[in-house]
Amino acid sequence: MSVRFTIPTALCALLLGLMATAQAGFLGQYEVTFLCTMGVYMILAASLNLVNGYMGEFSCGHAGFMAVGAYVSSIVGVFLFVPDQVFGQPWLPMSMAPLAFPIILATGFASAALVGLLVAIPSFKTRGDYLAIITLAAGYIVKSALENIEAVGGPRGFMGMKKVVLGMEEMFPMSWMLLWVFGGVVFTVWVLRRFVYSTYGKGVTAIHQDEVAAEIMSVNTNKMKLVAFMLSSGLAGLAGGLYAYLIGFVNPASFTILRSTECLVMVYLGGMGSLTGSILAAGIFTILLEFLKPLEQLKWVAIPMLLIVLMQFRSEGIMGNRELSDVFPKLKRFYRFK
Amino acid sequence: MALLEISELTQRFGGLLAVNDFSVQLENHELCALIGPNGAGKTTVFNLVSGFYQPTSGFIKIDGKNTRGLKPHQVTALGIARTFQNIRLWKDMTVLDNIKVSQHYRLGYSLMDSLMRTRRYADREASIERTSMELLEFMDMRDLANEYPPNLPYGTQRKVEIARALSIKPKLLLLDEPAAGLPSSDVVELIRLVEWIHKEFDMAIWMIEHQMTVVMSLCQRIKVIDFGATIAEGTPEEIRNNPVVIRAYLGDENI
Repeated sequence: MSVRFTIPTALCALLLGLMATAQAGFLGQYEVTFLCTMGVYMILAASLNLVNGYMGEFSCGHAGFMAVGAYVSSIVGVFLFVPDQVFGQPWLPMSMAPLAFPIILATGFASAALVGLLVAIPSFKTRGDYLAIITLAAGYIVKSALENIEAVGGPRGFMGMKKVVLGMEEMFPMSWMLLWVFGGVVFTVWVLRRFVYSTYGKGVTAIHQDEVAAEIMSVNTNKMKLVAFMLSSGLAGLAGGLYAYLIGFVNPASFTILRSTECLVMVYLGGMGSLTGSILAAGIFTILLEFLKPLEQLKWVAIPMLLIVLMQFRSEGIMGNRELSDVFPKLKRFYRFK
Repeated sequence: MALLEISELTQRFGGLLAVNDFSVQLENHELCALIGPNGAGKTTVFNLVSGFYQPTSGFIKIDGKNTRGLKPHQVTALGIARTFQNIRLWKDMTVLDNIKVSQHYRLGYSLMDSLMRTRRYADREASIERTSMELLEFMDMRDLANEYPPNLPYGTQRKVEIARALSIKPKLLLLDEPAAGLPSSDVVELIRLVEWIHKEFDMAIWMIEHQMTVVMSLCQRIKVIDFGATIAEGTPEEIRNNPVVIRAYLGDENI
């Protein structure tokens, strides 16, 4: 029995360790924000991998779903807890914030999943390039819609989320965002892993490899695409919600095509159809972004260059189609991640 | 009531008349062949039966149920399984997974069950795993369960594809040129396999085949089509001596 609980135990230990080091003051604001950003990127990469890796479609509007989640969870949070010009007095006392926060994130998840559903429907008829164009368009629609809704600040953006985080910190002084982001990453990997390892979820891989055969062997391909799309975009919405509260401010300019490209880079860097690959790539990518900061604009020459080199010499990405346990089979003895 | 009833089926692709006024009835446990020269419209008939195309006119009934408007996966759930001319196994999935995923229509649990790993999920997954392993065992392929299809010889891949179709527990199995691309030694084995399947599993088999040894030694009834229309029907013996069939395959003597 002790073997079975290794992964949850390890995760709890990691979380406790992180929280304790943050609490003891070894991790400053900068380090915490850095780790949280890394976590947000991990969620983005892993969720996009479901559509682009496991299902083999090409979605490049991930930033759009992220934006929906970010805005909705920001608005819900501010509406509930912060006195605001538009929404008036808060509905709930700030002391409820730590309890209500998962619900706030859930609204971001749900709304992004709903937008994902709308984008998924045209994807039944199209594949490949055409789906890429649809998702690209959807990303732009979301961005320009947000720019034109004055109630959420239009192009100036929307803020007030910092007050919710500060409110939580007043109740109990600790790095709340680190806790929430950690929870978000674990939740994402947990959901995706269970999905892609079930016979139900393997229908998605079947669609990737031969859609005609999948349909003829009784896989409801339309429904599977819908489910995968909603799950992927919902998790992007979750990442968006976490991002909004981490930065304390959202504006449409944060969710451009560049953001979607970052997600794509991480998926292909880590390897399609590998969750560990995506997590690893998100970590590497965030570190790279941070280290290359002195290059400023030039980092957007350096990173794509890196991608080109990677595609030349290892086109399947860091992990290829494999998970960590395939590379080191001995690991399987230590975990049974159910 | 016939298991499969096709009546006055016609399929046009633009100006091309692929299937013209095609009718056939298949009874339970029958073993029939559909033959004809290349481009005669045989695979189109199979594609119509499995729901890939909606017929221009005419109807297809399975156990008396009209399949018009049904999606292929819904037709499959009615008990129609098929294999493909060029093997279409999922290459990056093990043989076992190929067989498990093909039982999608009777998984019997939802997305939420798979995420929450409920009791129902565990029970159903165990049952699917068990039936899949039993099928592999029964077909003498147990040791292939964790192999990936591209690593197997062509003949074995063909057998895996047939096993995958059988996992649907079909009432009617459509085999689209099962002997295509097989060396002659494997063809003999294939004939034995189809014979055995037909005996062991309670179902009808309808096959398209070019190799006459396969057709003549297996089938009770043969239907010959050319240019989308039926030109002959009968027992192997009748077909072999039918001048219309010989002309369709070999051309007219006088030319």
